[in-house]
Amino acid sequence: MSAIDDLFKKLRSENKKALMPFVTAGDPDVEFTAAVLEEIVGRGAHLCEVGIPYSDPIADGPVIQASYTRALEKKVKLASILQMLGGVTPKLTAPVVTMVSYAIVFRHGLEQYCDDAKAAGAQGLIVPDLPVEESPLLAKICGERDLSLIQLVTPTTPRDRALKICETSSGFVYYVSVTGITGERTELPPDIVENVSWLRSETPLPICIGFGINQPEHVKLLAPVADGLIVGSAIVRRVATAAERPRDEVLKEVGDYVAELLAAFE
Amino acid sequence: MSTTPTSPVSPTLPDAAGRFGTFGGRYVPETLVKALDQLADEYAKAKSDTAFQEELSLLFRDFVGRPSPLYHARRLSEQCGGAQIYFKREDVNHTGAHKINNTIGQCLLTMRMGKGRVIAETGAGQHGVATATACAHFGLPCVVYMGEEDIRRQKPNVFSMKLLGAEVRPVTSGSRTLRDAINEAMRDWMSSVDDTHYILGSVVGPHPFPQIVRDFQSVIGRETIDQCRERLKRLPDVVVACVGGGSNAAGMFYPFVEHTDVELVGVEAGGRSDKPGDHASPLTYGQPGVLHGSFSYVMQDEDGQTCDVHSMSAGLDYPGVGPEHSYWKDSGRVQYTSCGDTTAMEAFDATAASEGIMPALESSHAVAKAMEIAKGRKPDEVVVVCLSGRGDKDAMEIARLKGVDFG
Repeated sequence: MSAIDDLFKKLRSENKKALMPFVTAGDPDVEFTAAVLEEIVGRGAHLCEVGIPYSDPIADGPVIQASYTRALEKKVKLASILQMLGGVTPKLTAPVVTMVSYAIVFRHGLEQYCDDAKAAGAQGLIVPDLPVEESPLLAKICGERDLSLIQLVTPTTPRDRALKICETSSGFVYYVSVTGITGERTELPPDIVENVSWLRSETPLPICIGFGINQPEHVKLLAPVADGLIVGSAIVRRVATAAERPRDEVLKEVGDYVAELLAAFE
Repeated sequence: MSTTPTSPVSPTLPDAAGRFGTFGGRYVPETLVKALDQLADEYAKAKSDTAFQEELSLLFRDFVGRPSPLYHARRLSEQCGGAQIYFKREDVNHTGAHKINNTIGQCLLTMRMGKGRVIAETGAGQHGVATATACAHFGLPCVVYMGEEDIRRQKPNVFSMKLLGAEVRPVTSGSRTLRDAINEAMRDWMSSVDDTHYILGSVVGPHPFPQIVRDFQSVIGRETIDQCRERLKRLPDVVVACVGGGSNAAGMFYPFVEHTDVELVGVEAGGRSDKPGDHASPLTYGQPGVLHGSFSYVMQDEDGQTCDVHSMSAGLDYPGVGPEHSYWKDSGRVQYTSCGDTTAMEAFDATAASEGIMPALESSHAVAKAMEIAKGRKPDEVVVVCLSGRGDKDAMEIARLKGVDFG
């Protein structure tokens, strides 16, 4: 049982849903990433996704891509990200998972990456370019360390395959709302509620929806059928303004935005 | 030709998971898995469908102009003073390179799958032109992603693509070269996968692309074997091809793999020097890792971030390589080496002056290595080079590199 399992067990017993903001590590620097994590958890975020910048992120839209590019241009390294996480996670009341390309995990060494992420206080991994067929070894290594390996289901996933993915996922299942890349959208696909409801009737695993979500209206639509909602680009876009604005102002704005989304859960 | 266009030489690789030994596989977002499964299924059906093979054969003959000649480069051979050098003339194909072999095949697959739109990436522009050409032939709308740096280097090809009705979308992210064009094409496909086929231009990417592109390109090697047997009454001693992503090399080498007495030499771009960032030689200097959905040799830093690479040749300016090449390297079947910008340019000049043929800058890397190999061999030995494309597209870039100003 990882801390993520405990979180959803508790939330389900209270009939509550999770808000899970995504933050790019190292944009504009790792110190500010730590400050953002403290701020959003302080405002009530239930789980944080920390994006490890990658040079070739094909599932990401312009906002997250650009944040990765900026962080890498400043030569942010995995070691400094993990060091930052090690410093901030003891202060957080919410679990942290890393969103990381398999290119990085492989290069670091699967066991080494999991050991180091665990030591830094991370509770799980999302590896967006590791489909279920390629994941058994990493799933085993994560399992041995009580780390959750969160798998993704998308609108293009056939239903029998979605069930297979749920069997190998741990922590929760990441339901991708749209056929596409990350980024804020005004409209979400009309069949999303039906699809998630079906999946939820088939698996005991918590289901969290991500991609495109950025408005309180989205929260009101999706929170009833999901266990949690993931908000990425809308957070990253706000954090990015810290490059040219006073940091306390940006922190407050990000915190207010998280609070606004949380209010829509009520 | 008695062989069908995609008859396998070694039917065992890749395996069902798309593995060549430990290399290959499928490291992509879940969104794309269904389309890759569909492509693999459709290709398996097409491969055993004689009507598909006949249609492809006729298009190769009447539209591409196959078989391409095997040409004895007599004066170049005399200058080297050793073995006889032959060119497999992929440069005389329609659109001027080997790329059309793959795009015709994949357009047929696109239509079999009932998809109505095509996207592609391009580096040198040859794959972009070949895709635009095939799409015009079949009446399919086509979008080509191309890095801004490559658009600058390959203006004539950009204009050709537009004349052929394709939309060329400039890519401004990263190093603005082939690697970034692949990223953008993949991102387009993430959103358009239901009605769009992505015609990947090299033996890279997730399964089944490395297999499909190799099979469509292997007409090069099969024709070479037939032509050598007919004219020389034997197989060549050495076969040389340039390797960027590695599609012309894979197509040339694959039918030769089982003929173990034929030496196979792949030539990567050595660029300016052997320092990181100065070359594009992952098989020579890189190590195994993941890029663009496949496990293969790649130029990465210690964190797994893809490195910027350099070659004067846009078609070789890529930090990764097809997984089957990694397999052939580790198994020792193919010897991989690299050739720098300057040496490749000298080979271009020598070929233009002594044979009346301007090879593409990509192919010039293979010619340079073939000249070096020929020098150390006996006159009755045969070295075949895959002349993968023609150099007309490079004229302006060569002028720039040579400091010629047209005013």
